[in-house]
Amino acid sequence: MKEQNLTKTRNVILTGVGGQGNVMASRALAHMLVDAGYVVTIGETFGMSQRGGSVMSHLRVSPDSVKSPQIPRGGADVIVGLEPLEALRVLTVYGNPQVCVLYNSRPVYPIGVITGELSYPSGETIRNAFERLSSRYWEIDATSVGLKLGNPVLSNIVMIGALAKTGLLPFDRRSFEKEIKKTLSVGKYKINLKAFDAGADMIK
Amino acid sequence: MSKLLSSDKSTVLFLGNEAIARGALEAGIEVATGYPGTPSSEVIESLAGVARERNLYVEWSVNEKVALEVAAAASFAGLRSMAVMKQNGVNVASDFLLHLTASGTRGGIVLVSCEDPGALSSVNEGESRYFASMLEMPLLEPADFQEAKDITKWAFELSEAIGNVVMLRSVTRMSHASGNVTCGKLPTKRRKASFQYDGPVMDSQTGPMISTPVVAKHLLRQQRLKDVQRMFDESPFNRYTGPAKPQLLIITSSACFLYSCEAVEMLGLEKKVGILKLATTWPLPSKLLEKTLRKTKKILIVEEVMPFLEENVKVMVTGIVDRIGIKTFFGKYDGTLPSVGELNPDIVADAVGRILKVKRKSLPADYQTDVQKTAALIPVREQTFCAGCPHRASFWNIHNAIALDGRKGFVCGDIGCYSMAALSPATGYHTMPTLHSMGSGTGLAGGFAKLGQFGLDQPILTVCGDSTFYHAVIPALINAQHNRADITFIVLDNAGTAMTGFQPHPGLSVSALKDVVPAVDIAAICKAIGAKVAISDPFDLAATGRILTSFLADKGSLKVLILRQACALSPEKKGKKTFDIKVDEALCLGDACGCNRLCTRIFRCPALTWDRDKKKAVVDEVICAGCGVCASICPQQAIVKTEVITPG
Repeated sequence: MKEQNLTKTRNVILTGVGGQGNVMASRALAHMLVDAGYVVTIGETFGMSQRGGSVMSHLRVSPDSVKSPQIPRGGADVIVGLEPLEALRVLTVYGNPQVCVLYNSRPVYPIGVITGELSYPSGETIRNAFERLSSRYWEIDATSVGLKLGNPVLSNIVMIGALAKTGLLPFDRRSFEKEIKKTLSVGKYKINLKAFDAGADMIK
Repeated sequence: MSKLLSSDKSTVLFLGNEAIARGALEAGIEVATGYPGTPSSEVIESLAGVARERNLYVEWSVNEKVALEVAAAASFAGLRSMAVMKQNGVNVASDFLLHLTASGTRGGIVLVSCEDPGALSSVNEGESRYFASMLEMPLLEPADFQEAKDITKWAFELSEAIGNVVMLRSVTRMSHASGNVTCGKLPTKRRKASFQYDGPVMDSQTGPMISTPVVAKHLLRQQRLKDVQRMFDESPFNRYTGPAKPQLLIITSSACFLYSCEAVEMLGLEKKVGILKLATTWPLPSKLLEKTLRKTKKILIVEEVMPFLEENVKVMVTGIVDRIGIKTFFGKYDGTLPSVGELNPDIVADAVGRILKVKRKSLPADYQTDVQKTAALIPVREQTFCAGCPHRASFWNIHNAIALDGRKGFVCGDIGCYSMAALSPATGYHTMPTLHSMGSGTGLAGGFAKLGQFGLDQPILTVCGDSTFYHAVIPALINAQHNRADITFIVLDNAGTAMTGFQPHPGLSVSALKDVVPAVDIAAICKAIGAKVAISDPFDLAATGRILTSFLADKGSLKVLILRQACALSPEKKGKKTFDIKVDEALCLGDACGCNRLCTRIFRCPALTWDRDKKKAVVDEVICAGCGVCASICPQQAIVKTEVITPG
């Protein structure tokens, strides 16, 4: 898939659980797109919700104007899930038959599931739901890649690398490299670039 | 270089709060103060980050009232200053604010209130705009990120033009949203501070800064507000977009403007609906409103929290109805929009659709049905203490001491991450049934403790965090000691203002500017008051349990237990495990144990999960923070902790 220029607003939702690096990933993505000349609006839900709760960033990439920091229901073009259940939760509110989904397969169990009061849908059930309710989806074991690289939190960058490869948004390795050079130390920069490449390799 | 100091004309992505900070820098601010509170904290944080380069004085004050007082001193000395807080912080600052708006100010001073419609990170849906009308001060509400910067800059000029405080209101979806901002120039000239006080009493530039003569100064404030109204009528930040004769006029402000634009676009009603965006919501720009209201008969007012705009527009219209004719209003009062919670484009689109009888394009019916079925399979994700959080251990200790005591003791709660113990009761093991404002847990506990003569025989406990202790607890604690209130007061000291992002507080030896400063010791304050004081590590369940049990049995006095353990997310701890935790499968008896799954069902740590196939506990290495507390609670000692040796 080739990188493209956007002519109309593209709505992206990044979602996960507090502590997975959702906010960092969405801001890195947004900075790249602002540098590419787009008008970007991000709406973030964090604060108290970072304490083990669901976290969500709405990213709106427009060729010309500022948008509402909340995407209307049924209005997502791309969903990036750092956790499968959260990707599915977002899909049921913001999904539509055209939506594309990229999700990390590693679950983070809600407390209600741990205590036994609630049950977590199986990997198969989740996969089937994406099969039916999206136009295209990619399931990636990003946490395992992060663990292999030494830190599970790198899964967010693995997902960004994968997203770049899908061509759903106009950014690439070069823009990522430029972005993290500005913000990260040399050691962190290298490992983040590795995570990005590993993610890109997972999209065939 | 900090992004906040980007060059003139460059376009950068700013968080709404960063845009406010940049606006203040472009206005040449010298002093910025605040108390951390979501969604306001990043304004002061980002200014503190550039304080050295820009020669600013920035402080995290002990509370919002003191923050405003420190900022006001700068204004009295002719400098530009800003005090930043969340919505309920304005309540704390309000006593001084009332007198400050009466005395007037000199250098431009802006009070920033970042509010939280829908209480995403609050325990209230507070609304501070009524302070603007009550105290007769101008109120500004930016509607996008560029405006957040530009209007903040303007607010300082406005404050100097009228010699009074200007209030700027943001909301979560502005403060914690980000967007493109094109920067302006950063000034190079600095002001010199000097406080003059020997001029005539009514001379606001040289006289004493006092609110008397009260009536004369009150009149002056009102006259200046009339000047403000004229400026607001001309302000380019107030804008009408839409057809000359719309079927419906939306009047809105703040993030609701973006929701309204999106709603009109979603419904394809650009040729039928007009939007009047007001950036100046007190006093209302009456001439502009009159002109715009003439365009149509139907008016929808879109705003969050209280119907402030709706009420004031309606009052204004009653005075000019003979000139503009009868109008039909839609908004919160008639139920067109919900009276509580935050808004979004969908809610506004549904409201507009109902008024104009227009239907939104919907998703295919079979897709919707499938979505509903799928949604039913998704378990809720309840908020909880993080893995390794000291509060979980503290509440475990508290619960066990109350249970051993057997007199139905309870904890009066307070504001911080530990509020979760009340918001999600099982997280605090059902010990904390009250939760109000900062410091009120101790005040309530002192009150409960005096009800013995009316038959109340329950041990009274209360908790507060380290930052909260300084903010508002000290007066209540002194009150408890002086009035012989029998309470067990527990400080959950996690070494920072953890909930809002580890801002320093007076208990630490570092300031907002990273200077070394004197730390004010909580234990020493409590001892000076005359309380019995003990200090313990909440992760040490045995030692902490002994102290708590003896405190509950020790009747008639104020007892203080300081539980010290840094937050698991604190910069010094994050990502570093003290212990490697494993479940020894040979020792875990699972359902056959008789512990009734104490570790996963009751303790509720997100890292300690249950393997449904093996029917045994299992530690999720990705989530576990290695605090080791779970190893102390397993009756089988099946949870094994091994100390992690860090090289060097």
